[in-house]
Amino acid sequence: MRAVRSIALNVFRESVRDRVPYNLVLFAVLLIGSSYLLAQLTAGQDVKIIKDLGLAATSVFGLFIAIFIGIGLVSKEVERRSIYALLAKPISRPQFIAGKYAGLVLTLAVNVAVMTAAMYAVLGYMTWIETPAFKASWEAPGTDPALLKAMALIFIELMLVTAIALFFSTFSSPILSAALTFGLYVAGSLNADLRNFEQVVDSRAAAWLARGLYHVLPDLSAFDIKTQVVHGLPVPAAYLWSTAAYGAAYIMALLLGTMVIFSKRDFK
Amino acid sequence: MSSAVHIEGLTKDYTVGFWGRRRYRALDRLALSIEPGEVFGFLGPNGAGKTTTLKLLMQLIFPTSGRAEILGRPVGDVAARRRIGYLPENPYFYDYLTAEELLTYFAQLLDVPAADRRRRVSTLLDRVGIGRERRFQLRKFSKGMVQRVGIAQALLNEPEVVFLDEPMSGLDPLGRRDVRALILELRDQGRTVFFSSHILADAEALCSRVAIIAGGRLAAIGRLGELAEFAVGGWELVVANLTPEALERFRPLTTRVTAIGAGRYTLELPLAQAPERLIPEIAATGAMLVSMNPVRETLEDFFVRRVAEAGAAERADTPERHHAGG
Repeated sequence: MRAVRSIALNVFRESVRDRVPYNLVLFAVLLIGSSYLLAQLTAGQDVKIIKDLGLAATSVFGLFIAIFIGIGLVSKEVERRSIYALLAKPISRPQFIAGKYAGLVLTLAVNVAVMTAAMYAVLGYMTWIETPAFKASWEAPGTDPALLKAMALIFIELMLVTAIALFFSTFSSPILSAALTFGLYVAGSLNADLRNFEQVVDSRAAAWLARGLYHVLPDLSAFDIKTQVVHGLPVPAAYLWSTAAYGAAYIMALLLGTMVIFSKRDFK
Repeated sequence: MSSAVHIEGLTKDYTVGFWGRRRYRALDRLALSIEPGEVFGFLGPNGAGKTTTLKLLMQLIFPTSGRAEILGRPVGDVAARRRIGYLPENPYFYDYLTAEELLTYFAQLLDVPAADRRRRVSTLLDRVGIGRERRFQLRKFSKGMVQRVGIAQALLNEPEVVFLDEPMSGLDPLGRRDVRALILELRDQGRTVFFSSHILADAEALCSRVAIIAGGRLAAIGRLGELAEFAVGGWELVVANLTPEALERFRPLTTRVTAIGAGRYTLELPLAQAPERLIPEIAATGAMLVSMNPVRETLEDFFVRRVAEAGAAERADTPERHHAGG
């Protein structure tokens, strides 16, 4: 456990020194700048747009971090041969994978936390400057705690994407890993459509194939509750827990696969 | 007492080609044992299989067949790695860490007690000659400095067995001297040192025993002076003031005569031609014996011969020797 923690903290330190937190500054500037502009241009929709923008930006920025750092976590160590001295230490290969994964999840957690805080700060400011009469027209409160539900699912989705990137990077090149991860992300986001594919095609084989793919590919659309939250629609706790459990199971399966492949790999 | 390192029939094939159908044998049934406290030189030309062997011992790659043990434990035993140190060939570490941070990180992985960590890191960096630069990020380090950091990290856990893959690589003459002194220091502390090199002088200065590997196969093993390959093969005499008449008299006894200039010649004698009988005759002609040395095959000569032999064997016997899978 101590080895996993040391490796994870080292990944976090690497991402900090690689200036990953710069994206947080960009995020804050984007959010504050756009809130000012939107306040000037829109009537009554500004808070909703800020929420949309904040959640979407957290998702996109997180996605970039998850994919681009995720694919380099292992491949960079192998390419630069820094893994040689590391694996000669008393750590097992599964511990190495667990540490690398935990380190990037920690980086993502800090990112999501800071982005959430920045979004609430902007929303708090908007709430503070608007009149009570104007605020009455909002579908949900400005600093709605339900936004945290959306953020929590975004974070789990990012953890899942990181696990996908890590999985591919253990047996393919960084460019191919990025392409495969991004491809799977897109497929996963559209996965819900596969569930009902049989209603739009006549071919039984195609319907079965679609059903099979639906079960194998990650259903990332399940993690997207932005619309409900922004419009103040209820999201049941049971849905949140079952989606989180689904994400955790998928992540565990991917990490297990990654560990098995990585444990058999030769470092030529 | 069990061996520090024991290798039995260790073989490694790599697959090559797009479909991975052909196999290339990088290491062929290597067998050797190293006793505790030995400084063991693992010598061979580039591509001989030295790094492959070390990677197999560190389980960075897996053997096709055969087995190896370190300190009586199979090489896959993670706990046994607490007792060993390893310097990879041309090591590379994390650009964003300082030398001090890298060693502290590795010390954590090696379970060096927190109270002891700082002192040990500092002492080792002093020992390998990294001064104020220890607080610089490794991206600013020269190749030689990275090599020194690599040596320091291999010694963090005060290992019983140290594996050094080309430890002199990238070092200047001062650095090479320091590393030689360090290896002897490790020997004096009773540690086992297994180091690979392609430089005979390193082995001659340090090793109690050597193994020579060529074309993935063990070519020779033993004390350097006792190896048949390096036994005395003749004599080389440098003679001054030798008259042309005297030279012609001695020429039939030599295998080769080389004029150095101003009446100086190098006379090469076969092993059977005892030089002590010739020396009085040389003196009788008024010439002077300047030096006399035994002629041994150099490691370089040995390499060249073995590589040529391996090449010939490969041409004659391609499927079996190097393309194991055909």
